[in-house]
Amino acid sequence: MDFEFTAEQVAIRDTIRELVQDRVAPRAAEIDQSGEYPKDIETLFAENGLLGIPFPEEYGGISGSSVTICMGIEEIAKACASSSLILAVQALGAYPILVAGSEEQKKRLCPPLASGEKVAAYALSEPGSGSDAAAMKTRAKKHGDEYVLNGTKQFITHGSVAGTLVVFAETEPGNDHRGISAFVLERETSPWTVAKLEHKLGIRGSPTAQIVLEDVKVPAANRLGDEGAGFKIALAVLDRSRPGIGAQALGIAEGAFEYALNYVKDRQQFGQPIAAFQGIQFMLADIATQIEAARHLVYRAATKVDTRAADLTKVAAMAKLFASDMAMRVTTDCVQLLGGYGYISDYPVERMMRDAKITQIYEGTNQIQRVVIARALLR
Amino acid sequence: MDLELAPEHASFRDSVRELAQGVVLPLAAEVDREHRFPDEAIQAAAESGLMGVLVPREYGGAGLDALAFAICIEELAQACAATAVIVDVHTSVGTEPILLFGDEDQKRKWLPRLASGELLGAFALTEPASGSDAAALEMTARRTADGYVLNGTKVFITNIGRAGLYVVFARTGPDEKAAGVTAFLVPAKAEGVRVGQVFDKMGLHGSPTGELVLEDVSIPASNRLGREGQGFMVAMRALDSGRIGISGQALGIAQAAVEETRALMRERGHEQGDDFSLADMATRVESARLLAYRAAWLCSRGKTFTREASMSKLHATDTAMQVALDALQIAGEDGAVAGSPFERHVRDAKALQIYEGSNQVQRIVIARELMKTG
Repeated sequence: MDFEFTAEQVAIRDTIRELVQDRVAPRAAEIDQSGEYPKDIETLFAENGLLGIPFPEEYGGISGSSVTICMGIEEIAKACASSSLILAVQALGAYPILVAGSEEQKKRLCPPLASGEKVAAYALSEPGSGSDAAAMKTRAKKHGDEYVLNGTKQFITHGSVAGTLVVFAETEPGNDHRGISAFVLERETSPWTVAKLEHKLGIRGSPTAQIVLEDVKVPAANRLGDEGAGFKIALAVLDRSRPGIGAQALGIAEGAFEYALNYVKDRQQFGQPIAAFQGIQFMLADIATQIEAARHLVYRAATKVDTRAADLTKVAAMAKLFASDMAMRVTTDCVQLLGGYGYISDYPVERMMRDAKITQIYEGTNQIQRVVIARALLR
Repeated sequence: MDLELAPEHASFRDSVRELAQGVVLPLAAEVDREHRFPDEAIQAAAESGLMGVLVPREYGGAGLDALAFAICIEELAQACAATAVIVDVHTSVGTEPILLFGDEDQKRKWLPRLASGELLGAFALTEPASGSDAAALEMTARRTADGYVLNGTKVFITNIGRAGLYVVFARTGPDEKAAGVTAFLVPAKAEGVRVGQVFDKMGLHGSPTGELVLEDVSIPASNRLGREGQGFMVAMRALDSGRIGISGQALGIAQAAVEETRALMRERGHEQGDDFSLADMATRVESARLLAYRAAWLCSRGKTFTREASMSKLHATDTAMQVALDALQIAGEDGAVAGSPFERHVRDAKALQIYEGSNQVQRIVIARELMKTG
């Protein structure tokens, strides 16, 4: 067993940590309040190579390791969950290409993403198809050497800012999940329309778009894998991306806890710091223990992504489920530790609590994670 | 043992429910979105006599008991938690101290105007350095020939800027801690009364919360509530029944979350995972309601209810937080979109675990009561 990061990973982490402290943390409250996508942070990440983390060197990236991706997401999420999605969704958009793309497709599609010239997005959910992804209605009809796509995709993170969009659509309607295929849309040649941006409880700096595809033409060369392989690709991608959501949840919890821990050491009531009270100490101990447990599960799942372990699906779901439930509890408790100050936006923990909730919902709700885990156990 | 509501309580509940569902609920999403005071709702509550639930009829109120008060706040909160806390703070900690500790002149002067809703009440105890440790407050009240001059800053004051009358706690003597605290009635229009920062909060956007700054505010001796040095006791007694109101608010939020979840599951279909979650939610709310109604029942019979009020506040507000989170989890991403009641309940519920004595303070109170001899 080895619970240590490699020297290279530590170096990447330290670079990210410094960038986050200097450039992201001071912007986090403003990003939340304005509800605007932080293009400056995207540029910062691109310039510093962060968006190359999801890609191996041969495709223009710097890593491709899930452990490194999770480490990056965790570090950013400690200060700003919205900004952490810039890396997390880059990885989410990269995985379908890396998992199912041909060598030609990887060489062509990955470098602009790895350099940060473009950001990626991933379009699976639809208004009538959330947890039940196989019920999707978006159609892809083949005409010669291209496909024509029609349909609506819902809750697409970065759908409005992405240059590259991985879309799942039915090529063989009526054949349930066996009729779904995956496509890569590039904005210049296959433009999509943003119908609406959602206002949300949290991660307010991360645009969540409803996307409309109206006779959007996609070259057949941009279909990933075979016709009908889309659903399998989608599931393989989620196995790989879920540890990243676990890492995001972990970072949010750690960020809130670090703030709350300093606060309780500082805040004086009844003639002593409130950290001197056993009731507060018990809360601190529970929070730290939950974070520690989640951290190990997240990185164990990430290791399984990197080693393509047989039980990846189950462990990735466990990591996402446990870390996100943990983050919700921990951030709620951190607001409590700050009392009235925790509830107002002059302090960061209420934002972190609002941000934590979505980690229990997206990339498969935690109910779906339980279904996945139980299915793996009963197989 | 009789766990049914008496007919007068049941009919009172029905009438508040009609107002809450008819007038308050349609405003709830808007006051949250716009961060605006629900004027129409408070106006309607005043016209229906809900601003004077606990005030005896001889002073212009409805003369109802603590149980009716809890029911009133519960029904309002089921529609809009912000509206509920405005009425709650006004009724309990904003008005009740006058009822309990005021002299006859003070009652005649202030209660009819508070009960009619002409004046909104508020309660100013917390200070920047004195939250849970309320007895450490630093606001001063210096005695003059015919009254007092108050100086200092209060924070987290509900109904800030809207209240016409603040019940304010200040230090009158050199006595240490609690023994030096005195309660005062400070009209909002008195010279030197100023609203400081109004906070941007996670939830309860329709209910303004902020700083009350007093700079050389002169008030007559007739505005002192109770004796010098009695203030801390006034505050603690006010908070005991305030906690019944907050329990009602928690029940309302939690019940709304349960009802919305039921409706969603009926419409969308449900499997056993959601069923179990809903069953837990409803069970928690039911237990919290019984605890709250018992605390209210003890209060209205003049029995000791400090421990029960704290248990009720602790359990009901933890329940509201958990139930609101569970409901949002069942609703999923659609529930997390702004404007959905599911996400609003989560943001609103969190405040309840913090104010009117954080739930850590409730545990201190409960343990202290339990460890008393006897």
